[in-house]
This record gives sequence, C-alpha cells and structure tokens, in this order.
Amino acid sequence: MFEALAAAIRAEQPVAIAEIVEGPEDMLGAKLLVLPGTPPRVLGSFGDADLDRVVTRDVHGELASGLTATRHYGLHGEARENDVSVFIESFAPPPRMIIFGAVDFTAALAKVAKILGYRVTVCDARPVFATRARFPMADEVVVAWPDRHLAEVGADLGPRDAVCVLTHDPKFDVPAIVAALTTRVGYLGAMGSRRTTEDREDRLREAGVDEAGLARVMGPIGIDIGARTPEETAVAVCAEIISLRTGRDAPSLRDSEGPIHRDLVVTRETP
Amino acid sequence: MKEVLVDIERWRREGKKVALARVVALEGSGPRLPGATMAVSEAGEVAGSVSGGCVEGAVVAEALEVLAGDGRPRLCTFGYSDAEAFSVGLTCGGTIRVFVEPLDW
Repeated sequence: MFEALAAAIRAEQPVAIAEIVEGPEDMLGAKLLVLPGTPPRVLGSFGDADLDRVVTRDVHGELASGLTATRHYGLHGEARENDVSVFIESFAPPPRMIIFGAVDFTAALAKVAKILGYRVTVCDARPVFATRARFPMADEVVVAWPDRHLAEVGADLGPRDAVCVLTHDPKFDVPAIVAALTTRVGYLGAMGSRRTTEDREDRLREAGVDEAGLARVMGPIGIDIGARTPEETAVAVCAEIISLRTGRDAPSLRDSEGPIHRDLVVTRETP
Repeated sequence: MKEVLVDIERWRREGKKVALARVVALEGSGPRLPGATMAVSEAGEVAGSVSGGCVEGAVVAEALEVLAGDGRPRLCTFGYSDAEAFSVGLTCGGTIRVFVEPLDW
C-alpha cells in the first residue's frame, strides 16, 4: 500500500489515506488508501465492510477539499459514536502558479513560489525570453500568448492556484487578465506602477471587464513592504497570496496610496 | 510525507525496518499541522519532522521502541500539560498527538 501511496504522491495525483489511530487495540493502524478516479480505487480494509464504506465516502469529501482531519465513528461506521478515531490525510496535487512575462522579477517569483510548494509555469509569447536556461527553477516554460495558454489550461485552475501577470505591457497583460478572469483561479495579481495600474483598469473596462472582475485583480501586485529588488518583490507577492488565503489583514499595495518605492530612509538610528 | 519518501525508499532497499510518526492532532499553538511526518530507520536515521524540534528526540525513542518491540502502533501525546512537559514538551504551549507505527504496509 505504501508503494501505491508514494507513487501517487510523486505523480502529483490526488490520493488520501485513512487510518485508525484510536480504538480497539486490534484495529489500530488499520488503513484504507483511496485513489479517486473512474472508477475510484480503494486499497486495504478496516475489517468491517460498513466502516470501510462510510469512511471511503468521507475520504472522498476530504480529498475534494484537500483537507486533513480526524473523524470519529462507531465500529460499523455509525455517525455520532466514538469507538474509533480515523485520521484522514489528503494529498492534493500541488497548487499551480502561472507567471506571465519572462522578466527579471519572474525568476525570483518562480524561486519563492517553488519554496512554497507551487508547481510553476512561466509563459511568455517571446521565444527569446521564455527559455529553460533563464528559468531553470520553473516546472514548465511555455512560449505562447497568455490568453491562448489559459484557453488550454484555465479550466484546471482553482481556488488554491495563482496567476501573476508581470508583463506590464498592455498588449500582453490585458488579454491575460481577461482570460484569467474566466477561470476559478484564487489569486490574480498584476504588476505595474500606480499609473500602469490605472491605465490597465481603463483598458480592462474597455475590454468588457466589470467592477467585480476588476476587484479580483490585485494590482499593483504584492503587499506594501517597500519591496524593491526582484527577490523582495517576490516575497511581497507571495505574502499577499498567503494573507488572502488565510483572510489576514496584510496591507496590499492595491488598497494603499502613494509611491510604491520611496527614497531610502534611515528607520532606526543608533545612539 | 513527500519530503521523506526518498529516505524511506533508500532504507527499505538497504533492508532496514522503518517506522513512521505522523502528527494526527494539534491543540493550541504548534509549529506543524496534522500530516507532518517523520520517518525513523531501525539504525536511528531520521527524516522529516513533527514539530519545531521540541519533541523529535522523544518521537525517535518511541519509533525505535516500536521497531524493536512487538510492532504495535501507538498514539503518543506531547504537550505542556504533560507530566514530562519540561523534558519533552512543546515550549509553545500546544499539545500534539503523534501516531507511531512500523512501516510494514
């Protein structure tokens, strides 16, 4: 069973393992491995067909939302009883980040996103810039127009995924954002100065994007920590993604005013 | 789990018995979420972690006991309220429950 679990995790296919961690001594450590699909595959057993059936059903639910939790059952899967505690661990495929624009900031963002566990795609329409050699840390480098790439993969994007538009060239980023807005992607950020952002909003409106659509776009991208280098900016972008996911109140540049970069000031003087 | 696969597979190729320790519950403050996994070979090699380093030593001891003994899985609780809080507790004040089992499946 471990081989099947390891193979699914490596192949980045969804898989979940359910294991009895509390209950009668002879049931401890009994487990079920659930591989969704058509038809789903279930390996192992708790030694009771009803318990197997009920837990398998619950595992599918946990897996769909990528959750890991302990659930309690009777010996035959009865709800509201507490004879056995079953630890259900979901292994969802890694979230995806698609970065449009093969610029300096892209390499830094791809690096930080990799550390955070994203599967990273770099996409740019210019073959000279979108090369493996420039982005060895990316899982995938695609030479394509952003909107065409999203037409191919957009349907797979979900709330855990991110699209970052770093082109700050209206010819690329307007179609990229318009296409990203048709997906269920959880985070959509667009790089650019405040002037670029205003100009882009006008262009997006002209392209038919409504206020609800504009509200989904985080631009200028990132939280307001005075980031300047590509690496600092990458941290600011990823921090924004985390804070939006966790619902914490981090100061997004989008929601503040004034210059993104200020002159360096001495913030602490030594006596 | 993913981060310990390579070590587990190497130990198993070398014919070593392996124990898995997984965080299955966390109460209060704690550094690692349920699912955090540590693998221990019978030679005492360790991969992965279950906390910020506070209880790893105790978990390795439990894992080696499981491998050396009857191989029965066990649920271990580590926390501030524990009698052994000062020796193996979490300094952050949380409680974690770690399921330790032989990897014989």
